[in-house]
Amino acid sequence: MEFDIKTAFYLGNIPITETVVNTWIIMAVMIAFAVAAGRKFSNAAPDDDLGTFGLLTEIVVDGLNKMIASTMGEKAATFGPYIGTLFSFLLLANLSGLIGFRPPTADLNTTLAFASISFVLIQGTALRSKGIVGYFKGFFEPLWFLFPLNVVGELATPISLSFRLFGNILGGMIIMSLLYQVVPILIPAPLHIYFDIFSGVLQAFIFTMLTMVFISSAG
Amino acid sequence: MDGMLLAKAIVLGASAIGAGVAMIAGLGPGIGQGIAAAYGAQAVGRQPDASDKITQTMLLGQAVAETTGIYSLVVALILLFANPLIRLLS
Repeated sequence: MEFDIKTAFYLGNIPITETVVNTWIIMAVMIAFAVAAGRKFSNAAPDDDLGTFGLLTEIVVDGLNKMIASTMGEKAATFGPYIGTLFSFLLLANLSGLIGFRPPTADLNTTLAFASISFVLIQGTALRSKGIVGYFKGFFEPLWFLFPLNVVGELATPISLSFRLFGNILGGMIIMSLLYQVVPILIPAPLHIYFDIFSGVLQAFIFTMLTMVFISSAG
Repeated sequence: MDGMLLAKAIVLGASAIGAGVAMIAGLGPGIGQGIAAAYGAQAVGRQPDASDKITQTMLLGQAVAETTGIYSLVVALILLFANPLIRLLS
């Protein structure tokens, strides 16, 4: 039984893994959606009939905007587009297991990359709002000898963020494939509702939610 | 050669036991998440209007509480599928 990430092909000497290929496919889907929606809305007059696709886009974007605005307040305008993209990507990545892909989020490289972006955003926001002196002073509070503890606490954020998503998705994947070996038919099907749909949507939501909460509390 | 095989068998067996023992850490997050869910249900009972906000806060808290359980899962997975100890033998 192997859960290793397979190498799809070699680009020169660089191995291109399954994760990267699946990420490209999800990116292509998202870009196609964005281009189609952008074209629809840029040509539309205010009282035009947008059709099913247009209305669906409106519901999705409106829902994301509302969710971001309720958590981040006035910072929503700055971080909204990134957070929205992050949520859509993670959602599609987690759900891609349903159609037989290996979810890109079941690879620590993907989740650690996203957690690193979140880490940079958190530290950047803190640096901008407190200034350089205030930022470094924050590490020595409430007492100076707590400095190492504060540094470890900051570094633990991206690690716990990435491992949470990775562990949940990979754990679900492993449990499902073990189940498929024991009972190949009928029984595993309803369990996809929990391990792929419920867990996938929840973990995508939680990753974005925690990123938003950390960024808002940083500055 | 036989000694090497025996050493490998011992390492593999110990790793399997270690993976099982690591997953005992699942107890903690389970209890913690249960407590969070209990208070979440209580809060919704008191204030049904705020159920959206309560559910959101509860899920967020549960996700953070889950971290230790996920760490133990990762440790168990490493021991089972990417064992670093077996490489030390050769």
